[in-house]
Amino acid sequence: MSLSCSSLLTPVDEDREFRLDDYEGARARWCPGCGDHSVLTAAQRLLVDEQLKPEETVFVSGIGCSSRFPHYMKTYGFHGLHGRALPVATGVKLNRPDLHVFVVMGDGDCVSIGAGHWVHATRYNVDMVAMMLDNNIYGLTKMQTSPTTPQGYKSNTQPQGSWLPALNPLEATLGITNASFVAQTAEWIPAHLFATLQAAYRHRGFAFVRVLQRCPVFTEDIYLDAVRNPEMIDMLTHPDGVELPESLRQIYTSEVRHDPKNLAAAREIAADTSRLRLGVLYRDESNPRYEETRHLPLHTAEDKIRILNEELDQYAV
Amino acid sequence: MRVLVGDDTAVQTRAEQSRIRTTRQPQCTVEVVSDSGEGAQKCGQTFGAVSAKMGNGVWTVEIIPAEIQPPPRSPAGASGNRIRIGEGVVTNWGDRTNVAIAFNEQVLLARHRLDAIEEDAILLVENMWATHKDEDIRAEWAAAMDELGQANYRIIEVPMEEECLTIVENARKGKNMFALGILCWIFDRDMEITREQIAHAFRKKDPEITERNHELLELGYSWADSHLDVRIDVTPGLSPENTLVMNGNQAIAYGAVAAGMDLAAMYPITPATSVSHQLGEMFYKFGGVVHQAEDEIAAVGVALGASYSGKVAFTITSGPGLALKTEFLGLSVMSEIPLVLVNVQRGGPSTGLPTKVEQSDLLAALFGQPGDAPHVVMAPATIEECFHSMITARRIAETFRTLVMVLTDANLATGVQPFPRPTLDPAWQGSLPDMSPVPEGKAPYDWDEETGLSRRFIPGTPGGMHTLTGLAHDENSKVAYASAINQKSSAMRSRKMAVLQSTLRPPVVHGPESGDLLIVGWGSTKGAIEEAVDRAREEGLSASSLHLRFLSPLEPGLKGIFGRFKKVMTVEINYSDDPDMPYITDENRRRGQLAWLLRAQTLVDVDCWTRVLGEPLQPGAIHDVIRANVSKGGAA
Ligand SMILES: Cc1ncc(C[n+]2csc(CCOP(=O)(O)OP(=O)(O)O)c2C)c(N)n1
Ligand code: SF4
Ligand SMILES: [Mg+2]
Repeated sequence: MSLSCSSLLTPVDEDREFRLDDYEGARARWCPGCGDHSVLTAAQRLLVDEQLKPEETVFVSGIGCSSRFPHYMKTYGFHGLHGRALPVATGVKLNRPDLHVFVVMGDGDCVSIGAGHWVHATRYNVDMVAMMLDNNIYGLTKMQTSPTTPQGYKSNTQPQGSWLPALNPLEATLGITNASFVAQTAEWIPAHLFATLQAAYRHRGFAFVRVLQRCPVFTEDIYLDAVRNPEMIDMLTHPDGVELPESLRQIYTSEVRHDPKNLAAAREIAADTSRLRLGVLYRDESNPRYEETRHLPLHTAEDKIRILNEELDQYAV
Repeated sequence: MRVLVGDDTAVQTRAEQSRIRTTRQPQCTVEVVSDSGEGAQKCGQTFGAVSAKMGNGVWTVEIIPAEIQPPPRSPAGASGNRIRIGEGVVTNWGDRTNVAIAFNEQVLLARHRLDAIEEDAILLVENMWATHKDEDIRAEWAAAMDELGQANYRIIEVPMEEECLTIVENARKGKNMFALGILCWIFDRDMEITREQIAHAFRKKDPEITERNHELLELGYSWADSHLDVRIDVTPGLSPENTLVMNGNQAIAYGAVAAGMDLAAMYPITPATSVSHQLGEMFYKFGGVVHQAEDEIAAVGVALGASYSGKVAFTITSGPGLALKTEFLGLSVMSEIPLVLVNVQRGGPSTGLPTKVEQSDLLAALFGQPGDAPHVVMAPATIEECFHSMITARRIAETFRTLVMVLTDANLATGVQPFPRPTLDPAWQGSLPDMSPVPEGKAPYDWDEETGLSRRFIPGTPGGMHTLTGLAHDENSKVAYASAINQKSSAMRSRKMAVLQSTLRPPVVHGPESGDLLIVGWGSTKGAIEEAVDRAREEGLSASSLHLRFLSPLEPGLKGIFGRFKKVMTVEINYSDDPDMPYITDENRRRGQLAWLLRAQTLVDVDCWTRVLGEPLQPGAIHDVIRANVSKGGAA
């Protein structure tokens, strides 16, 4: 494509085609080998693929390593409070249903300090993609136990090993009324990560994606076996969820057909932690979406004054 | 003195009516009390509304039971309304009640024990309990009447039950309208207006109910006409034209709409909740949303997210909710996202006094956010100001890219008062945020060095992409690792407060601008303070008052004003040590919250008098304070 001078000078061009560098913000400062890099790349590729306008896209995050994410995008970003990304994203979408909203949280962010919001955002089913980057640990604050830390795993706050069995975010999310999209993917399988994020983006409703994420600094060993031994992973596939990308067929040979409409089966799969399952566990677009149930036509200032005057008549003496 | 008027007394004839004495009073305070659920509130509210429509000044407050589920006929269950009416404007709930009508003697006793009743008051009380079949109740009645009889009240027994049973099967459902009829007779209320008001109050119910209530009203009126001998004339002296009557929470809700805000996020909490009830109905017509969030943190988060992406949104809460919202409030200041927060203050700390008034959140509102978080704190003083403060708050929030807190309280929230109907202006609603493309090189915090102001880039604005952060940041919203950046951005956020202050007018002194004593107040106490000052001045005492609407930034010129008085003291509804309490010294004395602030900001030795009785201050009590402090010769 050749560009004329005048088109270079026009900042807004409805026909402009977005490339990867249109979405690239500050240079990512995660540790080398951190799984967050791969999620960033997948998100940027998704935006290219969907040709989302950077100015109409908002990445909302909490606080944590993973929550640095928006700074590395060249969209609007909201790097808010630890655990509170979901209420902010809900406010953005309630006010501006026209925007594309993505949420990036850590495991501590989402299922510990922000647990109440995670439950209710799932139930509100506001149209957005909510990624939980699960490294099974508190990264930014340097290795404290998180709700998803495996039982027995040592950390700075539980040096004898985590006392309790890990919380199962998939099982929990699938237990919330009005959940409409629940998926799991892994950052070390970029093609699957991309396909899953794309399915999440295209889903109309609250799309919860747990991204298994390596933290080579604090939980280096946790996903090591699964990375090295693809046969440990079952790929859940379905035309209504994600299909196994061609490039992965040779490597991931254990493919399980699973219809994401089947909630009971999804719950069973989620509860069985004997194997790692990646794919869309559940998806139902017929659930009510809060922002649509609450959307009301806005009135002009003059209209409002007319209605307000009618209202005030009730209080007139 | 105890006068019994019942069936055993001779029924008065028309001719005897010449014995009826009418006393003219510039103002009069009336209470209607019952067990909760007996409709005393409806009676009181209707009486207040009718009086306002006739052109009386009115102030109505709710009498809220001390317990949630009190047993019937218990002092803790006293529920109802106090209505103070006047020939002219009424600005507060007054001192003690002059006329009370009670559906049982126990609730009356409760009011007596709270010292809520004037010495020579007229008390009308349902007398069915005197002859009740339950011996215990008869004994309670006798004991209570004995105790009340010790005082100098004029007690009139009224056979409410018996009379109401001639019209309705369940007298419990009718006494309130019967009582209203009695009040209408005593105060010579316009019956046509009263009937209309009843019809309006029951408009959503079966028309038969309105009819029945009209009959009960007439019955009460004619019963009074043939049995009572005192009428009170509070001549309406105001023009009721172009006047609205509502409570402070309703005024906040309508003010928010008039201010162009269309998203309110909240979590239910007394006494703030009724704003959202009001908005829930209204917003539906205006195209707005009340989001009832999962908790207060989420509520403020949703409001902030909405504000960030466009028009200013607001959240509304009370003490415990304010505590939870703290972290987001700091984020609003740090990231310069405009936000309006309404805090309807109740008694604290902790769960405190959920339904009762207090002004104890001032310092928490000002300084509750860890770190340096300069923001605006306003406090409307009247119900009318509740309405207008929302418009001001939205405008300041937007212009200054900041958090604006509006502090009201339970007294304003539930108090009902007439005020001039505002002429609505579309400009109050503000305009949609500027979403024109951002010129190359413009930063999201392009602070004007002089004022700290900058243009806000909202999502959807081409070229404005940036990541907003609660971390210390530079002009470009880049996380600031250099210490000088934090110093500068802190200065820019702080500067805005000084700029705002430079646009405020100095406050106006009520009374002469110099003298012995200056009382300083804020919020709902204005009416009571000014009434007390006026009474003191009539006695020849040299006292004035000053009422602040802005607590952050403070209104300009305070130090100069304070310097013209021998003594300055605040009057507030929050806790302070009285100077003569054990162990209290000038050094360790904990002072009223406004006093604390004014001392720090002006270096004037501001004294205080504060009470936390869970009720509005009485002008009489403030009057006593003025007397005590002026006669001390203004020993400042
Ligand atoms: C209210 C509050 N409490 C605690 C913290 C400290 N804190 C920052 S990030 C974090 C945990 C991060 O863990 P996670 O959410 O899993 O994100 P990760 O760093 O692993 O990506 C904590 C406890 C904070 N910033 N705010
Ligand atoms: S500490 Fe772990 S999670 Fe954080 S950036 Fe480094 S590798 Fe990533
Ligand atoms: Mg983590």
